[in-house]
Amino acid sequence: MTDPRIAGAGVTQFGKHPERTGRDLFAEAGLEALDQSGVDPDDVDALYYGNFMGELAEHQGHQGPLMAEAIGVDAPATRLEAACASAGAAVREAVKTLHNGEAEVIIVGGAERMTNIGTAAATDALAIAADDLYEIRAGMTFPGAYALMARAYFAEYGGSHEDLAHIAVKNHEHALVNEHAQIQKEITLEDALEAPTIASPLGLYDSCPITDGAAAAVLTTEGYAAEHDLDAPVAISGTGQGGDNLALQDRPHLARTPAADKAADEAYADAGIEAGDVDVAEVHDCFTIAEVLAIESLGLFDVGEGIDAAAEGTTSRHGDLPVNLSGGLKAKGHPVGATGVAQLATIAWVLDGSHPRADAVPEGSVGVAHNAGGTVASTTVHVLEVKE
Amino acid sequence: MTETTRNGEYDDWLDSVEDGKAYYVRCDEGHGWLPPRRVCPSCGSRDLSEEPLPDSGEIATHTTITVATPQFEDDAPYVTAIADFGPVSITGLVRGVDPEDVAMEDVVGIEVGERETTGERAVVFRPR
Repeated sequence: MTDPRIAGAGVTQFGKHPERTGRDLFAEAGLEALDQSGVDPDDVDALYYGNFMGELAEHQGHQGPLMAEAIGVDAPATRLEAACASAGAAVREAVKTLHNGEAEVIIVGGAERMTNIGTAAATDALAIAADDLYEIRAGMTFPGAYALMARAYFAEYGGSHEDLAHIAVKNHEHALVNEHAQIQKEITLEDALEAPTIASPLGLYDSCPITDGAAAAVLTTEGYAAEHDLDAPVAISGTGQGGDNLALQDRPHLARTPAADKAADEAYADAGIEAGDVDVAEVHDCFTIAEVLAIESLGLFDVGEGIDAAAEGTTSRHGDLPVNLSGGLKAKGHPVGATGVAQLATIAWVLDGSHPRADAVPEGSVGVAHNAGGTVASTTVHVLEVKE
Repeated sequence: MTETTRNGEYDDWLDSVEDGKAYYVRCDEGHGWLPPRRVCPSCGSRDLSEEPLPDSGEIATHTTITVATPQFEDDAPYVTAIADFGPVSITGLVRGVDPEDVAMEDVVGIEVGERETTGERAVVFRPR
């Protein structure tokens, strides 16, 4: 079994594009990925496509074939939905299918149109990733859910809103050179701390924005890449996925994300690496506290110590272990169904040296992408390595 | 589904809270859940029974939500909390106390109230 290669990737500008249809967003990303890969569209064996709220935002289900058509591909196309981890789940299915030898070329991607329905309706749509009966009907919103986890974390391990603000400041700074990012604006610690509260203890700058956008990548077997002389130096060497109780109330611990622990353990074992081998990570920071929980679950920091990482500079582009060089969901934006593949593209570009923040890890050869759904009831982790 | 269609065991459970006979579902290993459950997600046991919910719980975590969904627009700002009742934890709205005074480990009782925005039923915690 050889590791699938990333032959090309494409990402739209993430931001407010309320009038752009999902199919047009995905067509832009998918065609860019195909063009960059040099793969003949006729060779594509399948499309695995992530999307979360298409029914609510665009009154559009059955998006798989629609999106294959949009990129000029005549192949079986399936939409995967795992809330904000939909695209990560699409990558995982593609990797398994390529491993199995059932395909040689698969396009993975995702798209989400969100701003066309306005902030209130988008907040409502995002909330359906939680338990409708036992959480939504008790007033839980997504910021509210992560606020519950943040307060539980502070009570158990210490930490403060100021520690979280350092994460927002870092990720905004990282995004300054990312032309795909929704927010390219430097913020200060004071800006973050003085922003309006949305769900205490979290404020406006603890939350990712609402975003329209798409991302796609062309994955091939190692054999196909060699046979067609593709420039595809980065391989997906490990894949993992974990699950948890859907509702926070049913979990034994409110400040940990065991679904991500399981995904990381599986992905690291699959790749034959350990957490200490990781040079760079893109993690699912839909809220600042989520970055803390992610880097602990990935084993990059001990439980209870991830809260200090940004304040100490360890996870900045100048630190020993840069996290979210793209700006993360926080500043790059979070078109839900596209995020997992946008993370994959970022890591691939950082490792092959073409990302504007690649200079943060000039010798980097191992990266991870952590994509979480809901309050981390679904998580995928992928390990990417430079092979040649 | 219309607004008047009940959500089976969920609404039955809310009825039980409203009638002062709140219960939870317990497996033979003592794991607690809210209905409907046919199997314990923790241990796989299908030997489940309805047990009386302890009279009070403790706030395990809480948040004051100022940016609400349309269904809670008129409720905001409001407090949502997870309360630990021992064998089971429950999510609800905290009422009867200033949001700024809600604290971890506060002891609360459970009742059924109405959402201000829609009039629909909701789990409510009040300080004991």
